[in-house]
Amino acid sequence: MNSGAKRYLLLALLAALIVSGFSAYFNRYYLGVAIDVGINIMLAVSLNLINGHTGQFSLGHAGFMAVGGYIAAKFSLLLQPALPPWMQPLIFCAGLLLGGAIAALTGLAVGVPTLRLYGDYLAIVTLGFGEIIRVIFQTSETFGAATGLTGIPNWTHFGWAWSGAAICVFVVTCLVNSTYGRGFIAVKDDEIAASASGINPVRYKVTAFVVGAFFAGVAGGLYAHHKSFLSPTGFDFMKSIDIVVMVILGGMGRTVGVIIAAILLTLLPEYLREFSDYRMILYALLIILIMIARPQGLFTFARRRPDSK
Amino acid sequence: MAPLLQLDQVTICFGGLTAVSAVDLRLGPRELVGLIGPNGAGKTTLFNLITGVYPPTRGAIYFDGRPTANLKAHQLVRRGIARTFQNIRLFASMTVFDTVRTAVQVHRTHGLRDALLRGGGFRRAEAEVERQVRELLALFQLDRVRDEPAVGLPYGDQRRLEIVRALATRPRLLLLDEPAAGMNPTEKSELTALIRLLQEKFQIAVLLVEHDMRVVMGICERIVVLDYGVKIADGPPAAVRANPRVIEAYLGEEAAPHA
Amino acid sequence: MTEFLQQLINGLALGAIYALIALGYTMVYGILRFINFAHGDVFMLGAFAGLFFTPVVERVFPPQSYSGGLVVLLLAMAVCAGLGILIEMLAYRPLRNRPKLTVLITAIGVSLFIEYTCQHRLVFGAAPRKFPDLIPVKTWNVDLLVISSTQVIVFVTTLLLLVILRFIVQKTRMGTAMRAVSFNEQAAALMGVNINSIISFTFGLGSALAAAGGILFAMSYASIDPLMGVQTGLKAFVAAVVGGIGNLPGAALGGLLIGVIETFAGGIPGLSNYRDGIAFTILIAVLIFRPTGLLSKPQVEKV
Repeated sequence: MNSGAKRYLLLALLAALIVSGFSAYFNRYYLGVAIDVGINIMLAVSLNLINGHTGQFSLGHAGFMAVGGYIAAKFSLLLQPALPPWMQPLIFCAGLLLGGAIAALTGLAVGVPTLRLYGDYLAIVTLGFGEIIRVIFQTSETFGAATGLTGIPNWTHFGWAWSGAAICVFVVTCLVNSTYGRGFIAVKDDEIAASASGINPVRYKVTAFVVGAFFAGVAGGLYAHHKSFLSPTGFDFMKSIDIVVMVILGGMGRTVGVIIAAILLTLLPEYLREFSDYRMILYALLIILIMIARPQGLFTFARRRPDSK
Repeated sequence: MAPLLQLDQVTICFGGLTAVSAVDLRLGPRELVGLIGPNGAGKTTLFNLITGVYPPTRGAIYFDGRPTANLKAHQLVRRGIARTFQNIRLFASMTVFDTVRTAVQVHRTHGLRDALLRGGGFRRAEAEVERQVRELLALFQLDRVRDEPAVGLPYGDQRRLEIVRALATRPRLLLLDEPAAGMNPTEKSELTALIRLLQEKFQIAVLLVEHDMRVVMGICERIVVLDYGVKIADGPPAAVRANPRVIEAYLGEEAAPHA
Repeated sequence: MTEFLQQLINGLALGAIYALIALGYTMVYGILRFINFAHGDVFMLGAFAGLFFTPVVERVFPPQSYSGGLVVLLLAMAVCAGLGILIEMLAYRPLRNRPKLTVLITAIGVSLFIEYTCQHRLVFGAAPRKFPDLIPVKTWNVDLLVISSTQVIVFVTTLLLLVILRFIVQKTRMGTAMRAVSFNEQAAALMGVNINSIISFTFGLGSALAAAGGILFAMSYASIDPLMGVQTGLKAFVAAVVGGIGNLPGAALGGLLIGVIETFAGGIPGLSNYRDGIAFTILIAVLIFRPTGLLSKPQVEKV
């Protein structure tokens, strides 16, 4: 299993880079959608670590994404004119990591004070944190205030987005599928029993928030360099809901299901463009119906044997 | 011999209610002690105090000669105190194997970084964890159901699994909270044998809360009686059974001795 | 000083509206232990109901009269009470006894459904609408203070509704049953309380109050749109949590508090841009330092 996971990661990275190399031959529109898919997989899988595996229902993922996006975009905007073009990938990579790191710090800042909160209280407080982050960007002149940032270099190619997604899936899967990772699930199932088994719930909850926020931040950076502009309204609580719906639809704590859901929920709106008037109404109905009929998610199948072999 | 667990005048109040009042208790390293008392006597609360779920309002608790004040539940597990729960608390989304695996990792040497890098050390550590889990499951005859969901097991097996999970943390003191509750006579006699086995095999101290007097009187060397949060008796089974205060406390209760 | 009093009056007028909405959140939470995310949208529907009833009512009552305004208010409250009951029956009742998060997500779905349906061009459309003047618009100057007839109506209506609510909850059979269910649902059911009808009643009552809040909000700000319930609803929810969720006087107090603090912060130059973040900052502070809210007792978790 261990070497297997690494092999999958290398394979995925290779595939992403090869496809990226042939980017020029693909339809630009489809390529754009494919990049969206990669970014959304990152967002959904990272939120799944917090909401699904660790059971800490967060409604503030768009906030972490905003932090990473704004930081990475600002970084590129500041450094791009000053440095030669061959350094672009370096700037980009450094900006993404910096954005992810600051998002992770934000995750720490959200995770620690909310440790004592559960369920819907936690949901509403994380929602509040997300809104506060948005209001800060909306007010800050450095980050373009209400207009946001424009003219961000268009650096996110297919390879970047899908490599990011592959690394994110790898890290979350490895974290959870290890003896260490049983702690996340133990905390979700029963915090008191987890502490009685020697698990430190605080550490696991905070780890989930920090790692989840990091990848949301990197995804935000990729998003910024894909769309070329950022506006604070793009990170409102609707964006967080969108990511939550991917996790719910895929099945909380089921990585494969969540990836499928992220792909479907990115593609579906593209296919429904002609019905855009009804699209969001259908989307809302879909949420209600899934919750009533299949709250465990659409893509949860009988779980295979645990990875103990 | 120095006591493994020592409670000095331990008291806890919830609002105006004193649930446990000035309790003194000593437990030797390999002792098997029964803790009994009528419903609401404060037995489970005493467990929660010893395992760090609540801090005592007054008094002090020492484990292995060191005070346990300010230690969280999971830290006490690392020191060597493990427990089971009155109302079974298993991990609802885990298999039997994973339930025990979760507890075995208390003393692991690898963590987050190794889980990600997945080097040779990590693989060896994981293999070692797995070996320990298998051994424990085999010892308690749970290896047949290792891949079943923990909460899907029959009731008696769930109780047993909780005990195995507690033992997986390699404790020196095991607190069992009504392990025989809801069991039929066959299961109860199996449980009695199991408690004896684990005490001999693992060389640990056991503190046992139990309503079934036959189980308690049958295996405990010493019995402590609580009533309204106060310790009213402490001694060998025969002496406790004859103690007038104990008989008085149990009058009207279903569980008169020999019930 | 005048400036301070003026801001206080404005803040209280806004806070009174938050309080009316917060009561609905807190009542539903008290009974079902979940956040009815769609409550803010019922508030919005109340405002739109007012918009559509006004021309109808003005055929019978003189335009811009207090009697006509009252009729519009009552009609909107009745319609929204019905909608609230309907939402509960269709979306939440099938999920009774399911995990809390399932219900929470459903509530978010219901909220989105109402918002997007109302934004559709065949319903209300996304653009803001002008809300008609329901009552004679006047302003009074006391020293340098300015008080509008709308603000007076906001205070009077809120106060009256709070008194009526208190009467219903404390003195009527329905109210007693409501309190019983909120205290212990199973015991109440065993005592012969019909849980379903109590839950419907609670949703009806809460939605009627939200509709009143919607009308008063529309009268105060003159412009309404299908998304007006999002921010206002969230802030009212924050008010309910700040006051201690499940606690009726707490919700009213929390509403006033949030309204006043927000208005004062809006008056401070450096802070005014952060206005929308202030309610959440208060929420986070309260939940960290006093998780059960200002007016309720802390609880111990049972092991």
